[in-house]
Amino acid sequence: MNIHEYQAKEILNSYGIPIPRGRVALTSDQVERAAKMMGGRCVVKAQIYAGGRGKAGGVRLIHHPEEAQEYGKELFGRSLVTKQTGPHGLKVRRILVEEAVDIAREFYLSITLDRESSRYVLIASAEGGMDIEEVADKSPEKILTLTIDPFSGLRPFQARKIALALGLTGTICEDCVELILNLYRVCLDKDCALIEINPLVVTKAGWLMAMDAKISFDDNAIYRHREYPDMVDYSQLDPLEINAAKYDLAYIKLSGSIGCLVNGAGLAMATLDVLKECGGEPANFLDVGGGATREKVAEAFRIILQDCDVKGIFVNIFGGIMRCDVIAQGIIEAAGAVGCTLPIVVRMDGSNVEEGKKLLQESGLNVQIGTNLGDGASRIVRMLAGEVH
Amino acid sequence: MSILVNKSSRIVVQGITGRSGLFHTQQCRAYGTSIVAGVTPGKGGIHIEGIPVFNTVADAIKYTEANVSMIFVPPPGAADAIMECVDAGIHLAVCITEGIPIRDMVPVKAVLQQSSTRLIGPNCPGIITPGECKIGIMPGHIHTPGKIGVVSRSGTLTYEAVKQLTDVGLGQSTCVGIGGDPIIGMNFIDVLQLFNQDPDTEAVFMIGEIGGGAEEAAAQWIKQHMTKPVAAFIAGVTAPPGKRMGHAGAIITGGKGKAEDKIRTLQECGVVVSTSPTAMGEAMRAAIDIARNR
Repeated sequence: MNIHEYQAKEILNSYGIPIPRGRVALTSDQVERAAKMMGGRCVVKAQIYAGGRGKAGGVRLIHHPEEAQEYGKELFGRSLVTKQTGPHGLKVRRILVEEAVDIAREFYLSITLDRESSRYVLIASAEGGMDIEEVADKSPEKILTLTIDPFSGLRPFQARKIALALGLTGTICEDCVELILNLYRVCLDKDCALIEINPLVVTKAGWLMAMDAKISFDDNAIYRHREYPDMVDYSQLDPLEINAAKYDLAYIKLSGSIGCLVNGAGLAMATLDVLKECGGEPANFLDVGGGATREKVAEAFRIILQDCDVKGIFVNIFGGIMRCDVIAQGIIEAAGAVGCTLPIVVRMDGSNVEEGKKLLQESGLNVQIGTNLGDGASRIVRMLAGEVH
Repeated sequence: MSILVNKSSRIVVQGITGRSGLFHTQQCRAYGTSIVAGVTPGKGGIHIEGIPVFNTVADAIKYTEANVSMIFVPPPGAADAIMECVDAGIHLAVCITEGIPIRDMVPVKAVLQQSSTRLIGPNCPGIITPGECKIGIMPGHIHTPGKIGVVSRSGTLTYEAVKQLTDVGLGQSTCVGIGGDPIIGMNFIDVLQLFNQDPDTEAVFMIGEIGGGAEEAAAQWIKQHMTKPVAAFIAGVTAPPGKRMGHAGAIITGGKGKAEDKIRTLQECGVVVSTSPTAMGEAMRAAIDIARNR
């Protein structure tokens, strides 16, 4: 789960990590007033669930409140397309207005899970403000990493080594030690999958400050943080994805026309792969869960049909323990309830598969049965191309 | 003819009184698995389906000589359930639970590294030695006893692979679902090592997916140590970057974890990779034929 920059900064600040003075604005008038509060000269930053905002024109240094208002109007009216957003971009609904800070030096600092060691790892670099993946690619020697032992935790001397390696000395070095320890505290307390300060700066006045921050929460840990659901900005998410999440379905909107309903994440990915191999374009990734209950199949069907891009549906269920006739009933109910006339191909395996097929064939739906994964995929592609009726 | 579990495995089910715990206990028992005990804290002393329930894993071992645990404990208590297995000295824990937080799994993994307990999962279908012992949620009837070891990060995609293997006449020695989470117990290499040593496994089919670098690490290990033919399939060639594809661990981040990189590394290390999910059985056959003609 992602949150906005301003929310991440509020969390950091509550752990004693300094951030610039700022205000969140929901209208261009509020942007203007916030700019006045900051004394005219300020930084206006679009808040979206993606990085790369600077290069996409979503961040600007402003000199007058009127200029801030103009820029606010421009931002609120548009979708910001960055290299992380995809071609449609993300709508700007919130803007952060911050005091302009004179920067002496910039650094990168983050904590995330290192899958190789199965431990949290602290990553730091003196190349602040840059895309860290680019730094890792071009000059890996500029990246410092520290693997954190879960039982001894992150020790001050370890944080000091990092701060010194970044070239910090004296009191700023000690400030940085404290900041790093606090960052690890945030990571654990808030169940972060990623917590990143980029850039962390030393101001000309000699203070450490988090100029930009990003936090992703571990989706599996949301249940123990009651405040998280209220922090979500739904304008940043696909409406169909929001709907699917309500029913605990893993759904991702894609750009094609074949709706996919699959049980299990691996099989769902493989289904997209085989559709593309057959020359089809999937409209979505959808995993109803390995168990594939009748209710979930029915709900998934409704969600797929809400997508106007969908011209046909491929159902691929490896039933296993779940009976195929029960799943077939779920499909028939859902398709019948919404009056679905789109071509459907169902590929099912597992117990009671013949009964399931019979139910589908007698249902009156525009449905064909795929004999296996390959046959099902090529059948739906050919049906949409008008080759099979 | 198997690794890790066989006819003599004695299973304790942690979370046996929960809905899915009980359902799958019945399914496993119907397959012939010897389920000797259940554990649900606070419910020790009762019997469920004739199976004695204990408050702790240690008690279950003491009274029933259970040696493998199958865990169906919901996410808030699942990490603790695994730790309890380590403490009780059980040799294999199979954790089916999906949705355990990272922060809970980091210390579990560190404890496992210091112990002799092996963990399969979490977020996995389990492990099956066809015809002998099924510990998990996979449909038993699609499996056939045979000589192919199967190791996979996925659930239903493994069923698909097993079906294709059976369809081309290749039975399985043991099938291990290692799980779809970023932190798991046994990884590809741990399982490949066991298959390599198992006299009754002749070849291995490996199913990977986008995210992380476990397939690449396995590829290097195969190149250096594996004496048996290996075929593989990697799901997610068409997956968009930055999106979590169902499994917590299935995500391409910062250009890392792409299917094409995994496929290339595996091929460079001598693994036959099925480019299509419809040709997994044939790929296994091809790998065996290549090894035979060498």
